[in-house]
Amino acid sequence: MVFRHKHILGIEQFTREEIHFILDTAESFKEINSRQIKKVPTLRGKTIINVFFEASTRTRTSFEVAAKRLSADTYNISASTSALVKGETLEDTAKNLEAMKPDIIVMRHNASGAPHYLADRCDFSVLNAGDGAHEHPSQALLDLMTMRQHKGRIEGLKVAIIGDITHSRVARSNLLALQKCGAEVRLCGPGTLLPTGVEQWGVPVFHRIEDAIDQADVVMMLRIQQERQGKTLLPSLREYAMYYGLNRSKLSLAREDAIVMHPGPMNRGVEISSEVADGPQNVILEQVENGVAVRMALLYLVSGGEQLEV
Amino acid sequence: MATRETIILDQPAITRALTRIAHEILESNRGTEGVVLIGIRTGGDHLALALQQRIKDIEGVTVPLGIVDITMYRDDLASRGSLPVGKTEIPFALDDKALVLVDDVLYTGRTIRAAMDAVMDLGRPRTIQLAVLIDRGHRELPIRPDYVGRNVPTAHNEQIVVAFDQANHPVEVRLIKP
Amino acid sequence: MKTLIKNGRVLDPAHQIDANLDVLAVDGKIAQIAAGIELPDAETIDAGGLLVVPGLIDIHVHLRDPGYEYKEDIVSGTRAAAAGGFAAVACMPNTNPINDNKAVTTYIRQKAAAEGQVRVYPVGSITKGLKGESLAEFGDLQAAGCVAVSDDGRPVTSGEIMRRALEYARSFQLPVISHAEDLSLVGDGVMNEGFVATQLGLRGIPWVAEDAAVARDVLLAEFTGARLHIAHVSTRGAVEIIRAAQRRGVPVTAETAPHYFTLTDEAVRGYDTHAKMNPPLRGAADVQAIRDGLADGTLSVIATDHAPHHVDEKNVEFNLALNGIVGLETALPLTLRLVEEGVLTLTEAIARLTIGPARALGLPGGTLEVGRAADITLVDPTCKWTLDPARLLSRSKNTPFGGWQLKGAAALTMVDGRVVYQR
Repeated sequence: MVFRHKHILGIEQFTREEIHFILDTAESFKEINSRQIKKVPTLRGKTIINVFFEASTRTRTSFEVAAKRLSADTYNISASTSALVKGETLEDTAKNLEAMKPDIIVMRHNASGAPHYLADRCDFSVLNAGDGAHEHPSQALLDLMTMRQHKGRIEGLKVAIIGDITHSRVARSNLLALQKCGAEVRLCGPGTLLPTGVEQWGVPVFHRIEDAIDQADVVMMLRIQQERQGKTLLPSLREYAMYYGLNRSKLSLAREDAIVMHPGPMNRGVEISSEVADGPQNVILEQVENGVAVRMALLYLVSGGEQLEV
Repeated sequence: MATRETIILDQPAITRALTRIAHEILESNRGTEGVVLIGIRTGGDHLALALQQRIKDIEGVTVPLGIVDITMYRDDLASRGSLPVGKTEIPFALDDKALVLVDDVLYTGRTIRAAMDAVMDLGRPRTIQLAVLIDRGHRELPIRPDYVGRNVPTAHNEQIVVAFDQANHPVEVRLIKP
Repeated sequence: MKTLIKNGRVLDPAHQIDANLDVLAVDGKIAQIAAGIELPDAETIDAGGLLVVPGLIDIHVHLRDPGYEYKEDIVSGTRAAAAGGFAAVACMPNTNPINDNKAVTTYIRQKAAAEGQVRVYPVGSITKGLKGESLAEFGDLQAAGCVAVSDDGRPVTSGEIMRRALEYARSFQLPVISHAEDLSLVGDGVMNEGFVATQLGLRGIPWVAEDAAVARDVLLAEFTGARLHIAHVSTRGAVEIIRAAQRRGVPVTAETAPHYFTLTDEAVRGYDTHAKMNPPLRGAADVQAIRDGLADGTLSVIATDHAPHHVDEKNVEFNLALNGIVGLETALPLTLRLVEEGVLTLTEAIARLTIGPARALGLPGGTLEVGRAADITLVDPTCKWTLDPARLLSRSKNTPFGGWQLKGAAALTMVDGRVVYQR
């Protein structure tokens, strides 16, 4: 199969075959990460700029490690440290970036659709590293890679996604990817954190975590961010932890071999208890490891020359 | 446009060639000590497996066998696009080994260049030798095989195809003229 | 000065006239409407194949003058209006300075009289500075030429202030135009709340934010007995609330804009900032209800909410883009689509652009009467054209209809017997 995407804006753009192809490619790149010399010359001479309008050490580092292991030249621009993005319009930022002749821009932005804006106007490839509450495709792909490694398949897996569905790009991208690959997704959260029209995704929506977790193969906990949920959406983190936090007794409702995932960083004692976070079913560090491989695959796949479509 | 195909090696001929190469490898390395076979995906890996078997038949020793995928080391990403990346599987150390790279057809030498870069990222072999079933000429790099099944003079617009059966055993080698 | 419009199909919904008649204007006034008028010394306009209708009236326009002339001014805005077939516009007070006093009203009136192409009716603000705190001087505003009051662009948050505004306006027989929106329910929403917003990861504005505010203001109109006009209705619930109120005799009229009966929130996909407006583009059921409301007259007015913005204010991230689109030059063909689709009769469509708006704000015009000002629009109902935003006469080009194939256009616009636009 020939990969024909110039940009990675969201899971929305992929077919099931493409998702598996990306995961297969990532499996091949994963081997490099266990070598003594963790570097291949694949993207030698390519310029990759990580433009992060939103703080994210984890994702940015993962992309940077991925790019460097492929021998690309990487640069980081973050909103807090750079004049390039400070108080400047996105249009001017785009023009300035373009003038530096990068091959790939990895972009994190708090506005949904910002990477699409860039992709529409610039020559370089755009990789969405998370836009607002819209999508976070590399996260979903690394999650699927982790599931596939543990369960040998995606199709037919029962995956419960629990937490702030409204504001979570991780939830959106995972939902789309899992649906395309034939998993059985369940969403769960308090009414204030379930978006309008959620039922139109065609997946069961639960208000009780116990119902969502029942016989699940995968339990995916989303991060609760007090700054995002504000005062009106949740009365307290204490009550959230009580009703929607994952602890050992709730996890016992899932299948015995269920795995627990979290996009990080975790709030221990809020959405996940320490006993679960440190427990044997937790695969969170594997997610991080697979993240580098998936991002290597994405950087490689969008670098394939002139014959690319969007 | 009609193409013309000629069978230049049939199965018995391939078998003889591989047996000879196996003998030559053993002779030039004075046995199996330190010898490892690395097949280049895809084609070379199947031939490397066949060579491993021949060497076992002759010496009673199973030499280590690895597979290298050179996609990450190619120099034509921009012109040929993002080809699927296969896995490199070399589950042993290469340091101080007599490494024999195995490929089906030697042409420009660029694949061998990439394969050498790939294996050298994984360790420091004592020597790297090259075994190919067919050498069709037209080198673009200073690369020369140590073991050759058959030299086949070709034109640029011709194709050499090494056919394998379902079990990945080599069946025949065809020359396709345009 | 005599002008004779011959061979046209005269359509005057207010008088239920739909006939092939000639119209004679003398010295800026309509002198005669009859068949077969012959007057060799009059300047003759051949209206064969055209509709001859009362000059269109748009009672919801942002001319941006004074203060935001980089978006639009009275000259460019009225030129766009004339090109759209409008002989009169009412302009909203959210200028800089705000039209909350007679100095600004007088400026608008004088500039419009001197340099404008069409009639301009200023709308004064309800509260000083649009702050929602204390009432503007309605009497002074009216004396200076304001035809209504509105805090358009933002709601009057306090029920108490809105009540007093209605009571006070009643004394001057001044209609109050409500921008009905519960800001606490809007929050930081940027598009209609629904599945599309959920998929796009954009914050939603729920329909209840509009319905709740419309309900409050309709009830306040009922309570005070004052004349209320609801601006830019976009939801099914709002239509139903207004319809029920009208049935029990509440003096409320309402308008919608062409985009609310033409587009749904699907237009936002791709993060097109030209599909960002307030109220937001809604769902298909709302669009249907808006069309039903236009058909049964609950919504007696089509107004454009013409909101020019500079390209830099739209060429940004979706959540940062300013709300609104230009509408003056697309309203007529978009309204005629409703005729084509069987939603409205041709007479109803013209009524929503003429007598409907005139009655809503108590304006002269909107009908063809002997002795009245000769504000007349000739409509070519069949001409097909493609909208090129660059060719809009408005100073701003922010339209979601670029590239659309449209049918119908103003062939000629006449104000006081003077031709201000000819296609």
